[in-house]
Amino acid sequence: MTIDAKFPAPKLPQIRRSADSDFFNRWARLFPSLFIIGFFMLAPILVVGTYSFLEADPYGGVRPNYSSAAYAQLVFEENLDGSWGFNPSYVKILWRSILIAGISTALCLIVGFPVAYYMARQPVDKRNFLVLLITIPFWTNLLIRTYCWILILRDTGLVNNSLISAGILDAPFKMLYTNGAILLGLVYTFVPFMILPIYASVERLDLRLLEAGHDLYATRWQVMREIILPLAKPGIIAGSILVFIPCIGAFIAPDLLGGSKKLMIGSLIQLQFSSSRNWPFGAAVTLVLLAFVLIVLMIYAMKSSGKKDLEAA
Amino acid sequence: MDTPAKNSARRFRIGVFPGFGVWTVLFFVYLYVPILILVFFSFNGGKSATVWSEFSLRWYQTAFNNADIQRAAYNSLVIAFVSTGIAVVVAVLAALVTSRGGEFRGKSLAYGTIMLPLVVPEIVTAVATLSFFAALGISWGAGNLIIAHTVFCIPFAYLPIRARLEGMDSSLEQAALDLYANEWRTFWFVTFPLIMPGIISGATLSFIVSIDNFIISLMVAEPGVTTLPIYIYSLVRLGVTPEVNAVSTVMLMISIVFVAISYIAGKR
Amino acid sequence: MKPQKLSMMVSAISLMTASAVSAEDLFIYNWTDYTAPELIESFEKETGIDVTIDTFDSSETLLAKLKQGGAGYDITVVGHNYVPILVSEGLIQPINAPDLNGGGNIAENWADPEWDAGNVYTVPWNWGTTSFAVDTSVYDGDIDTYEIFFNPPEGLSGSLGLLQSSEYTIQFAQLFLGLDRCNENPEEMQQVLDLLLAQKEHVKLYSSAGVIERMISGDTAMHQIWNGDTMRARGDKPTLQYAYPKEGVIAWFDNLVVPTGAQNKDNAIKFIEFMLRPENAALQSNYSGFGNGISGNEEMMDPTLSSAPEIVAPADVKLYPTAQCSEEAIRLIDRVWTKLLN
Repeated sequence: MTIDAKFPAPKLPQIRRSADSDFFNRWARLFPSLFIIGFFMLAPILVVGTYSFLEADPYGGVRPNYSSAAYAQLVFEENLDGSWGFNPSYVKILWRSILIAGISTALCLIVGFPVAYYMARQPVDKRNFLVLLITIPFWTNLLIRTYCWILILRDTGLVNNSLISAGILDAPFKMLYTNGAILLGLVYTFVPFMILPIYASVERLDLRLLEAGHDLYATRWQVMREIILPLAKPGIIAGSILVFIPCIGAFIAPDLLGGSKKLMIGSLIQLQFSSSRNWPFGAAVTLVLLAFVLIVLMIYAMKSSGKKDLEAA
Repeated sequence: MDTPAKNSARRFRIGVFPGFGVWTVLFFVYLYVPILILVFFSFNGGKSATVWSEFSLRWYQTAFNNADIQRAAYNSLVIAFVSTGIAVVVAVLAALVTSRGGEFRGKSLAYGTIMLPLVVPEIVTAVATLSFFAALGISWGAGNLIIAHTVFCIPFAYLPIRARLEGMDSSLEQAALDLYANEWRTFWFVTFPLIMPGIISGATLSFIVSIDNFIISLMVAEPGVTTLPIYIYSLVRLGVTPEVNAVSTVMLMISIVFVAISYIAGKR
Repeated sequence: MKPQKLSMMVSAISLMTASAVSAEDLFIYNWTDYTAPELIESFEKETGIDVTIDTFDSSETLLAKLKQGGAGYDITVVGHNYVPILVSEGLIQPINAPDLNGGGNIAENWADPEWDAGNVYTVPWNWGTTSFAVDTSVYDGDIDTYEIFFNPPEGLSGSLGLLQSSEYTIQFAQLFLGLDRCNENPEEMQQVLDLLLAQKEHVKLYSSAGVIERMISGDTAMHQIWNGDTMRARGDKPTLQYAYPKEGVIAWFDNLVVPTGAQNKDNAIKFIEFMLRPENAALQSNYSGFGNGISGNEEMMDPTLSSAPEIVAPADVKLYPTAQCSEEAIRLIDRVWTKLLN
């Protein structure tokens, strides 16, 4: 049982520890995660980062000669007459991916929030059961799950066939290979990543708070806005990060349900490391994407910690 | 809109929002319809995973005799369980520091580092990890995959736990410490139960991403450690048969057994 | 944690996973479902060698993995256009096929191929062609030209599927336009792009996964496809017809090779010799539905295979083996593909 910051508990005496032992404790606990990621992820990524400044090897990989061609290629291209011009292709691909990821994240929130909240209000054993019930479908393979959506959505699929035989439609309604199908697939893939963090933060909701809230605010929706949403905020933020970022690079749903008539950034990077064999360019696109996302995350991290200081003051 | 009078009359339903229950039911329908289709087609007698011909158990027989696919499924499960376990322990420690440890230099940097595996596109992580392991001569069989999976599982375990800790004040722990419980006992008997829902969420998400991972597994896998996604995705050249549905259905059965066990265990 | 302790832990975990370890091992790296299980069984029975098959999804994965040093396989199956790369990068080792037991069984048109003079490095596995298939119940005109593919008539327009492969698609366009494949001329590649952009209006999707299902279900009525896949799909949908365009057909030849880092080279050689026997090559073909490059096994082939129009190409058809292009040409292909899908 916990108490929200808006109804502060009486101040308890702080345990005093020396700054040194704080420092040691802190970094000792951070060490495992930072070591695993730092050693097995950061180091290799730094190596790939340097690839972006090298020449491409025609057989995949890089040659150890400096070149800025990869970064130039991001926005410029050589015209047929040998002059250089602005090339919007890659910027467009990036923008499209971010847009689709953004919409998917919003949809996941709309779909997932009521579910997470409802789950959190159930008795304990039912709650855990529901969490696991969300997990079960994900024991099967993503590719196969997506195939099943094709069966449902295609012109000769479950929905169209039943609507036509019921006499509601005359001709099949095109659902597969549309942006709608991509979004449906992405939400299907990523919605648990929204629901579970929200569930984890809403679950600690104290009923007495709501009671007090009902007395004070009168309507359910005001209680939602004033009490529940602030409490769910860390979960919503965590969930949004877990949905948005993987969505940018997702390629199964765009390929299978969208028909890949438009490239996404994930497929573009994939292509550079495979048949296009332009690792430096793939690395450059990655670094740009990485910089974009990390800056957004860092701003969020600083902002949220800054706010806490203010509240504490 | 409810009047205050009506509201107090319904105090027992506080915190209940109309429609949320129905919405949740609809959501579970959305979640399970494709799964029902998947199970349905595992009983297809024809060669196609999408065009029904007749009822048959032949694909279960085929899968039962296919040592490669069983090995792949087994590898996937072991790797997912081990990686999730390591990632959760590591993530709990990190989340306690970043949400409870107050402000300190390098916090944003630590946060950014933990987020890194989430942010880097899979193919890049895959290529980077592959060349890194090769350069260091790390060739530990399934160990290579477990390391790679643990790395990208950490943020998925970390974020829900952190979200749980965020805004949770430390008064109970403080009280325990005042009562001369040591830090370990305080963690085990006070903090740990409090953050349990976060841990369950994080572990669940880690497990999901590990068991479904394809690109990194494909690149990093050592000879003899094919996982189920590698096996399935690589079928594109010759088409997916209901055998894969049959294996998926068996995996579903395993997951249901797990759920049932934990449900019964939770009831006690 | 001490490194020793760590590696002990890791190896304990490795034991839990099912990686078979025995005295005599053979690790094969191949496409999924592209190795006949009966073949492996009889090889294991005959030699006592324990075979483990791992699978990959594209030749590029194989190349990246071999090149980054993450190998450890004894046998792998590789497309003919990758052989010169693997040789020049030192990623595969000589096996001198003619000196092996059964080296003389390599079919005439496969012996001494242009990608491996004297069969120093390779032995044939399976081969096939890539073209397109049409559902003749939707369109029953002649389909012996890429005109149908690039400018689909009523009925086929809008239900055309392409593989998600710049390599095949662009080569189709080059054959149709009568241009050099592996083109380094930007103006000619612009023609290719214009053609593909015009075709895109008629395209339903670009995807390499689920081609057979799409053709059987009628989701697409025309699809860029491999010949073996067409044969499989035709089993469920007899109205399918595989096209042999008069402009020429793209062909590919998969080969058995031994990577440089092979741990069990002797066993690899045993396997290659085993595969050189006509009956085993026939077994593999019957399973995969693709032709093989070993002579003297025509009678052992499944009659549905040896009579399939997809597998037995008309005598007058021009086969164009997929080419391995220069860096300049690959860049142009990449630009065309990116602009097409934008």
